[in-house]
Amino acid sequence: MRRVLATTTVTALALALAACGSGNDSGDGSTTLHVAAAASLTRPFEQIATAYEKQHRGVQVELQFAGSSDLATQVVNGAQIDVFASADTANMDKVGDAITGDPAIFATNTLTIITEPGNPKKITGLKDLERSDLAVVVCAPQVPCGTATQMLMKRQHVTIDAASEEAQVTDVLTKVTTGEADAGLVYVTDATGAGDAVDTVATKGADQVVNTYPIAPIAGNASPDEAQAFVDHVTGPEGQKVLKAKGFGAP
Amino acid sequence: MKPPVWLWIPASGAILVVVLPLLGLLSSVDVGSLWPLLTSEASVTALLLSLRTSLAATALCIVLGAPLALLLARGSWRGQSTLRALVLVPLVLPPVVGGLALLTTFGRRGLIGEHLVAAGLSISYSTTAVVLAQTFVALPFLVLSLEGAVRGLDRRQEEAAATLGASPWRRLTRVTLPLVAPGLLSGSVLAFARALGEFGATLTFAGSAQGRTRTLPLEIYLQREVDPDAAIALSLVLVVLATVIVGSVYARTTRAAA
Repeated sequence: MRRVLATTTVTALALALAACGSGNDSGDGSTTLHVAAAASLTRPFEQIATAYEKQHRGVQVELQFAGSSDLATQVVNGAQIDVFASADTANMDKVGDAITGDPAIFATNTLTIITEPGNPKKITGLKDLERSDLAVVVCAPQVPCGTATQMLMKRQHVTIDAASEEAQVTDVLTKVTTGEADAGLVYVTDATGAGDAVDTVATKGADQVVNTYPIAPIAGNASPDEAQAFVDHVTGPEGQKVLKAKGFGAP
Repeated sequence: MKPPVWLWIPASGAILVVVLPLLGLLSSVDVGSLWPLLTSEASVTALLLSLRTSLAATALCIVLGAPLALLLARGSWRGQSTLRALVLVPLVLPPVVGGLALLTTFGRRGLIGEHLVAAGLSISYSTTAVVLAQTFVALPFLVLSLEGAVRGLDRRQEEAAATLGASPWRRLTRVTLPLVAPGLLSGSVLAFARALGEFGATLTFAGSAQGRTRTLPLEIYLQREVDPDAAIALSLVLVVLATVIVGSVYARTTRAAA
């Protein structure tokens, strides 16, 4: 019994250690490029990465999507990231010296009101979101889309008593698509991505509150030339075409 | 009888897995700014909301869970083991799944929520939704602890009371409940602790609005976006609370067992 237990323990430890040591080198001379991008970039970046891999034989693009502030924290803490694309300049500023050169602005995004399909509550604009019979969900002021929401409300002299302030713009979208909320404020790209699941309402002044997306290679990464080439691809005509198709504005 | 000494080798690994992250958290606490961070309006509001809702959830767990625990421990009826398994499900469910389950039941389009809305009783985005989510996840702790306590009872005292002509209600309140009071207490404290830490179901189901649904764990989640130091300071509060709560329960039970 004792021997069996000891063997089990040793095997378990060995397995655990082996699992920890997963390598990042592909070992066959090819390069893996680690790209960390804001969650709102998921759709365009997947498409861009596929196109990039086709044009650059031997390069594997490994994408990672999360909230910009999460990614910024990872960059600062030295995670293996070669390129960082943020949903706002504040989080790019947060990584400070960790990037090489100046970040390039590659896209913009604006807010829009979304409602349930068919707009059953007859919402015609920002002012309607003040109505007390509506459950309106927005982003919390602590995250980029919430900062933009606050600025938009201030400029348009609108005060929304939000039913909930979400930490992620996608959670606002879900609350509207599931019928939990009557309306919400999300990025135009989120509304585009949701397709028929939501209706958009013309949002006065939204074009004045623009979120800019910066991208930059991370200093000291394993393949600086590849990282720069990927950044150039995103800011170049091909990357821009994909971003435009997904609803992003030009820089 | 002492266990073999070499067990300390894997056991110290287990201790490290639990203790190291807590040390990591402690080491990144910025002591100088701790007090202002903890006493900010948002933190205090979240802490008070957490305490209030967790107390309400614990009360609900006792009122609803204690009778169920008694029935599960003493009854013998069809479907008993199935019911026990069902009650324990929230214990092993991923939090976000619990939230989705609540949403599809009590949400505005939910199974029951739809009728509640029609009757003018929407619980979405309300403090009630938070209490409901907390009760959902905390109930198994109370039921498990109390059922175990009742099962472990020496039945002779209850039988003696019965021979003396005590009614079932009188037996329950005068004999059984006083005997299982420690089990009920530790179950309630664990349920309270679980309610205090509830995050996933609340976020999915109740939303996040300051003073109404944004409990301490949700405040930590949000603070992390802008001010990691504040998030760590608030996390420290939860760690201290959890340690005190669990410590107090186990100090009692181990003393009782010794």
